[in-house]
Parts: sequence; C-alpha cells; structure tokens
Amino acid sequence: MKKLWQNLRQFLLLDMVAGFAVTLKNFFSPKFTINYPLERTPTSPRFRGEHALRRYPNGEERCIACKLCEAICPAQAIVIEAEAREDGSRRTTRYDIDMVKCIYCGLCEEACPVDAIVEGPNFEFAAEDRKNLLYDKDKLLQNGDEFEIRIAERLMKDAPYR
Amino acid sequence: MELPFIELLTWDNIWALVIIVLKVMAITLPLFGCVAYLTLAERKVIGYMQLRIGPNQVGPKGLGQPLADVVKMMFKEFIIPSDASKVPFIIAPMMVLIPALMAWAVIPFDEGAVLADINLGVLYLLAVSSLGVYGVLIAGWASNSKYPFLGAVRSGAQMVSYEVSMGLTIMTVILLAGSMNLSEIVEAQRGMWYMIPLFPMFIVFIISILAETNRAPFDLPEGEAELVAGFHSEYAGMGFALFFLGEYANMILMSAITAIIFMGGWLPPVSTPLLNAVPGFFWFSLKVAFILFVFLWARATLPRFRYDQLMRLGWKIFLPFTLLWLVVVASSMHIFGLVN
Repeated sequence: MKKLWQNLRQFLLLDMVAGFAVTLKNFFSPKFTINYPLERTPTSPRFRGEHALRRYPNGEERCIACKLCEAICPAQAIVIEAEAREDGSRRTTRYDIDMVKCIYCGLCEEACPVDAIVEGPNFEFAAEDRKNLLYDKDKLLQNGDEFEIRIAERLMKDAPYR
Repeated sequence: MELPFIELLTWDNIWALVIIVLKVMAITLPLFGCVAYLTLAERKVIGYMQLRIGPNQVGPKGLGQPLADVVKMMFKEFIIPSDASKVPFIIAPMMVLIPALMAWAVIPFDEGAVLADINLGVLYLLAVSSLGVYGVLIAGWASNSKYPFLGAVRSGAQMVSYEVSMGLTIMTVILLAGSMNLSEIVEAQRGMWYMIPLFPMFIVFIISILAETNRAPFDLPEGEAELVAGFHSEYAGMGFALFFLGEYANMILMSAITAIIFMGGWLPPVSTPLLNAVPGFFWFSLKVAFILFVFLWARATLPRFRYDQLMRLGWKIFLPFTLLWLVVVASSMHIFGLVN
C-alpha cells in the first residue's frame, strides 16, 4: 500500500509540484543582495580591520615603544626600533607592520597599554603590489588620523565589555 | 546553352523574392532580440528564485547586459583546436542555429500572420526540429576531444528518445484537430484549449521539450560537473555564441509550438468582445513567455537527471504512456462520434 502511494506520488509529480512551489515563493520574497560598493553591511565595533597608530588630542603620538605588541604578535609581523627623543621621552624610530604576515588576531591591540596601536574599521586596503602592504610608521599614523573618529567611537562602544 | 533560370527572372518574381526576404527578416531579427533578452530573463528569474537580484549594473536595471554580452562574444577569438577537423568544426554551430530559425516559417503569430501556411506544418516542424541534432553530433565529432564527443553522444541519444514521445503527443492533437495545418489546429481550439482535455499529454509535452532542447533538468549533454560544457567545450567566441543562439532560439520555438498546439495560439483565454479586441499576437507572445518562464523555473528548481533515469523516463514511462493515451483519445473519439 505504501509502495502504491509512493508510485502514485511519483506519477502525479507531487514532489516536483512541491519543489516548484518553493522556488515560486522565493521568486516573490525579498532579496538578500547588497549592492556592495553602494550599500554595506554594518560592521561590529569589535571588527578587526586595517591597523592604525593613534595620537593624543594634542597631536603627540601615543606609542611609547614598549614593544609589547611586537612581543605578542603570533605572526611576528611587527618590527619596532626605539630611541630617546631630544626631549628625553621614549619614542619609536621605526614601526613596521607587514600586512601580508598579519593574521588580524587583534592581540597587538589587546597588549597595548596606551591604546596606541588599534585595528580600525577599514577593510578596503587591497593593493596591487606587495610593497604597498608593508606598512611603516608614517602610513600607520596617517591611518590613525584618517579614521580617528570612527576608531574612538568603536573603542568607546566596546569599552564596557573589557 | 539554354539557361532555364533566366525565364524565372521576371520583375514579378524578383519582387516576390524581395517580399519573402523582408518577411524572413521581420521574423528572424526580432527573434534574435528575444534570444538576447531571454538570456537576461534567465539570469534574472533564476537569480530571483535564489534570492539574488541578478545582473543590474549595465544600463537601467541591467537591461543593457545582453548588448554587453554580444559585444564580448564578438570580440573574442574563435579558436580552432589544432586536432579538430576544420570544416565540420566551423559548420556545426551554423547547423544548430539554422534549423531553429527555419522552423519559424510555419509558426502562425496571429490569424493569417504566417510566412508559409502549409498543410503539413506539424510534420515540417518535427522534421526541421530534429535536424538540430546533426549540428550537435558534428560539433562533438569535429572537436576531436573526449568531453565534446561524450556530450554529443548523449545529446544525440536524448534528442532521438524524446522525439518519439513528442511525436506521439502531437499525434493526439492532430487526431482531435483533424488537421496538420498549425493555423487550423489553433482554430479548432476556439471552444476549448487542448491543454484541458489533454492535460496529461500537455505535461508530457512540456517535459519532452525540456529534454529536446537540452535544458535543465535534462542538460546532460553539457553537464558541467562531468563534461565541462559538453559538445561545445572546444568552442569560443562566435562559434559558442551561435550554439547559444541556437539553444535559446530552440527554446522559444518549442514554447511557440506548445502555445499553438495546446494553448490555442493567438486565441484569447475566454472569447469575450473585450479580450477579442486585443491583437492575437499579444496573446501568442504571452503564452510563449509563460512557457519560457516554466523553462527557467524548472532550471531553478530541479537537479539534473542521471543518464539512465533520463532514458528510463523516455522509453519506459513516456513511450507506453503516450501510446496508451493515443489509443484512449482515438477510441473515445470513435465512441462519441467525434471523427472528422
């Protein structure tokens, strides 16, 4: 009897009708497509994108060359050299991040005692040449200046959970 | 030496020839346009069914996409593989496209709007539509490569198998209409579309034309998982474009045949003065568009058949079923005295 029913179902194409109903329903339902360069999905405040070196509001760079980020970096993508500046404060003379090596784990940001190195919200930094992905201090500070508003906002939003 | 053709070269004959060429142009050029926009419709419909929106970058709402595709195809290089047999390799795509265009000669678009109103229209359609398989076979053979060869073999077997049930299905319609002239078949449906009394045959016919045009779920000849692109794997540029044109022109042709023999061609759904005032061409296009939508709908819904399932369906289910139904139709016509 069960077999008979099964054959009848097959013969009357009932399963196919059900399938066609599903696709027809989807045809009229709202679409998920996002017109990427014109529309974007929201990113989390914890999003780990392109790195940036931040400054204090008076323009002084935050980094004190403690090298904690260099030490913790699991991909060993960070290279720091430091010297005392003329006014006696300890600053970096070289701060390089190899963005090709970087695994975007965010540990440098976690390790930083002065919130100097952060991973910003920007993820559109693809380059045509590998050289352009070897960031130096100037590039990182420039990123910091460019994204400071958004970085500060996301740090503030995430602060209660830290 | 006598030249018998010289006598035929009168101004009347030349004028008649020019008129015919113009009529042919009036059918084929819009057909190419339809093919181009059918490709866009396919991508849009399948996209919508998969919760995407399909191409939307070229022109407003992506309506320029077919033009961009055409330009791309034309500027691509036509590569002839070094081991291919050159002449058949070049001829094959044309042999797919030309029968698909030839068949349009007998399709009535509206009352009296038909290029060649011949009495054996249905027979002509069956004959011409089965010619397309030669192009596919030659393409597979001339490519001298294993995937196109296997694709062509499959395609040949498939098109031959489903032609049988297609022919028998059409036979029931001919029985009911009592004519092989497509315009008369349409006129015979004035009371009721054959889709209703012959509903099972209608379904069988729809499935058969899917198989006949090598469309999903019967697109085994180009099953990309196992055969790259089947019989046209080795083609690029315009050669590929011609196969593409042929396939889509065939789809439109088969939809037109279905509209004519099962859905009353240019006749409106109900014969009321208001609906009768609408030009018949509109109803015809609407029906063709609906069946084309079913083609795309099936492609978005169903997974590909396995080859043995395809053959089983064709020979072990459709053939006995259509034969039986033919006998049922014929005998019931005899019993109820409907014989013309």
